[in-house]
Amino acid sequence: MNGVHDMGGMDGFGKVEPEPNEPVFHAAWEGRVLAMVRAMGAAGAFNIDTSRFYRETLPPHVYLSSSYYKKWFLGLEEMLVEKGYISREDVAAGHAVQPAKALKPGKLELAGLERSMVRGKFARPAPAPAKFKIGDRVRAKNIHPSTHTRLPRYVRGHVGVVELNHGCHVFPDSAAMELGENPQWLYTVVFEGRDLWGADGDPTLKVSIDAFEPYLDPA
Amino acid sequence: MSHDHDHHDHDHDHSELSETELRVRALETILTEKGYVEPAALDAIIQAYETKIGPHNGARVVAKAWTDPAFKAALLEDGSKAIGTLGHVSRVGDHLVVVENTPQRHNMVVCTLCSCYPWEMLGLPPVWYKASPYRSRAVKDPRGVLADFDVTLPKDMEIRVWDSTAETRFLVLPMRPEGTEGWSEEQLAELVTRDSMIGTGFAKTPGAAS
Repeated sequence: MNGVHDMGGMDGFGKVEPEPNEPVFHAAWEGRVLAMVRAMGAAGAFNIDTSRFYRETLPPHVYLSSSYYKKWFLGLEEMLVEKGYISREDVAAGHAVQPAKALKPGKLELAGLERSMVRGKFARPAPAPAKFKIGDRVRAKNIHPSTHTRLPRYVRGHVGVVELNHGCHVFPDSAAMELGENPQWLYTVVFEGRDLWGADGDPTLKVSIDAFEPYLDPA
Repeated sequence: MSHDHDHHDHDHDHSELSETELRVRALETILTEKGYVEPAALDAIIQAYETKIGPHNGARVVAKAWTDPAFKAALLEDGSKAIGTLGHVSRVGDHLVVVENTPQRHNMVVCTLCSCYPWEMLGLPPVWYKASPYRSRAVKDPRGVLADFDVTLPKDMEIRVWDSTAETRFLVLPMRPEGTEGWSEEQLAELVTRDSMIGTGFAKTPGAAS
């Protein structure tokens, strides 16, 4: 979706402000939110792409004015309600007032913590041969799906070169909408900075994205 | 604590933060009562990110690459596989790509769409990495972003920005500082900063203030 989360190339957000000796969490609740997201994901309530989509669909003014973990919290709560794991009545009461829904594989126990601490695997067997090889010129499609996609706006319509082939991976555009993994070839595609930003762009800049095959046309 | 709160009654004596805190606690109560989460497991997840998983993991990998050419070659060929051979750093996923800074090319990593970051190597990302200024500007004006970190590159040096738009993760292998000939891996690891592995800084030079 063409949301405010798709920020590459936007102006006006000001300076980057590094914080010396930054703590891991700025408040205890931030850690609880992170841990709940990890634990509910490991329990099988949602996949990572769906959780990203729920953050992206926060209203733009909420997205832009909320801290990072506040966005995580708002996305998590809404997603759990919409998927039927909790109800608005539960939230209003601050307690479970309606029955639970079954989870697969189920609750993350302390003994099974490893399950949430190891990164998921996203590589999948290839359903078809790769359409592109390293060195090929490709054009990022001019597409504007209103659902989840990982093709940022700033490359759409531009021509780049395939630099790496990462194999076949879970396709976020399908997985986020719970339409299955629909594995697709994944490539690193590199663009000249001036092709993206015009003649005034930094001539020493190259930018790459990791692009799934359905995002690309031969060029 | 009581979760029987009415948000409207708190407008005058609670900040947005404490209201958020109440909502977060209420959600944890609901998830626990429904049998979806175990609070002790949540505690352990938090503790792992606060104590075990941090940039020291990446620093050890970088220091080894600086001292062991065969490891460095393997690391650049397949980051996940090479790091998997080191018993002492946390396990990484399958898709870690290590990119090398050279006198000709500086690499910098961003996630314009959200906050993708090599957690196993660097820990949780800092706030600035996840915030709008960095995410918006890194792909268009990386030299301007670097100026915010007091970092300047030679004018003709290539800058390569890696936008983490999939489940691949990128770790920058910074250049080894001069004046470190003969240093051990442990000594070198002390020079490797988090920002040098994101590409918004350099490794520290010997004797420089940290």
